[in-house]
Amino acid sequence: MSLDKPYKHVPGTTIFDTEQARLGYHLNQFCMSLMKAENRKRFLADERSYLNEWPMSEEQKQAVLKRDLNRCIALGGNIYFLAKIGATDGRSFQYMAASMTGMTQDDYAKMMAGGGRARGSELPNGEKA
Amino acid sequence: MAKLSATVYSSHVPAIGAAIDTGRQQEPYWRPLFAGYEPSKLWMREHTPDVIFLVYNDHATAFSLKMIPTFAIGCASEFAPADEGWGPRPVPLIKGHPELASHIAHSVIQDDFDLTIVNEMEVDHGLTVPLSLMFGQPKAWPCSVIPFLVNVVQYPVPSGLRCFNLGRAIRKAIELYDRPLNVQVWGTGGMSHQLQGPRAGLINRAWDTAFLDQLITNPKALARKPHIEYITEAGSEGIELVMWLIARGAMSEAAPKVAHRFYHVPASNTAVGHLILEETQ
Repeated sequence: MSLDKPYKHVPGTTIFDTEQARLGYHLNQFCMSLMKAENRKRFLADERSYLNEWPMSEEQKQAVLKRDLNRCIALGGNIYFLAKIGATDGRSFQYMAASMTGMTQDDYAKMMAGGGRARGSELPNGEKA
Repeated sequence: MAKLSATVYSSHVPAIGAAIDTGRQQEPYWRPLFAGYEPSKLWMREHTPDVIFLVYNDHATAFSLKMIPTFAIGCASEFAPADEGWGPRPVPLIKGHPELASHIAHSVIQDDFDLTIVNEMEVDHGLTVPLSLMFGQPKAWPCSVIPFLVNVVQYPVPSGLRCFNLGRAIRKAIELYDRPLNVQVWGTGGMSHQLQGPRAGLINRAWDTAFLDQLITNPKALARKPHIEYITEAGSEGIELVMWLIARGAMSEAAPKVAHRFYHVPASNTAVGHLILEETQ
């Protein structure tokens, strides 16, 4: 017997469950630290040193340095926490969202203005949304 | 006796707050959205309650991953708007209602819902954006607000049915309060949106429309909808809509009067839904 997790099979989606939260605890708490202006300043001045203060995996640190949000999510990050990295960079949420979809921000904004991504439409990897 | 007079439902997209705070409400992108809330502001002037019981979720603001309460009730006398990374929103301090909040906590916990009681907390856009949409930009909010927080960030979140039944327990608690207060319950969040992964940007107008219809006419059946349907049809963050069922569960069995209904796509990445339902009993 095992727990029922039907959401594991939704295309292009990682549900932040207790398992992901366990993997990403320090990654997300690092993001939380960016709520303070002095921490944002220190992080931007020397990202690597700031990240080294956190017991995160090397993979997680690399994903943050590359601003690869999909990778961050795969490694246990949650988007509400990760959004604080984007805010630190002065990026809009729409910029961050577009970066996860493989679209330019402009194309993503046009898609949203046109009513959003349709259910069943094709994702970049060929799966259906 | 306190009385629940109406329930209000609204999305709480942070970009809406930013548009209000920076005076961009008349821009072509935002005008249709704010036009949809004009009737609501007029309605609010006629129907200002004594207390709003405002159901929302914290977005990694007051709660980090250190502690994750499934349901939490704000019992403080005031709540300051939080700095979410851009400085606090320039909105008035939120006045709580510690007496009614404590009373509801007592009653609802005795009805088997394990609430976390919060006596010090800052509130984020989840709470302040609906207030701005319904009241505009007053110097002070015209009534007290009891913040009620639901975990919809870390899965599993509470089921729709549990939220609906919690709403019923909240109604009972309001009716047991022995001062003549006019109370509204607001459910916020949603509607369809997904903020993460390659599927980000998902919107499902047909599903949202059916949700609004069913919320009005058959909320008991709606409460049985499984989580997986919210995720597949309304996007991973569409799960916030379970919070609307708390407000709906707080209403009587009588068919409500629909005072206002509005739907708009998009606000940033999200489908905005809005309803005002008045008690008819």
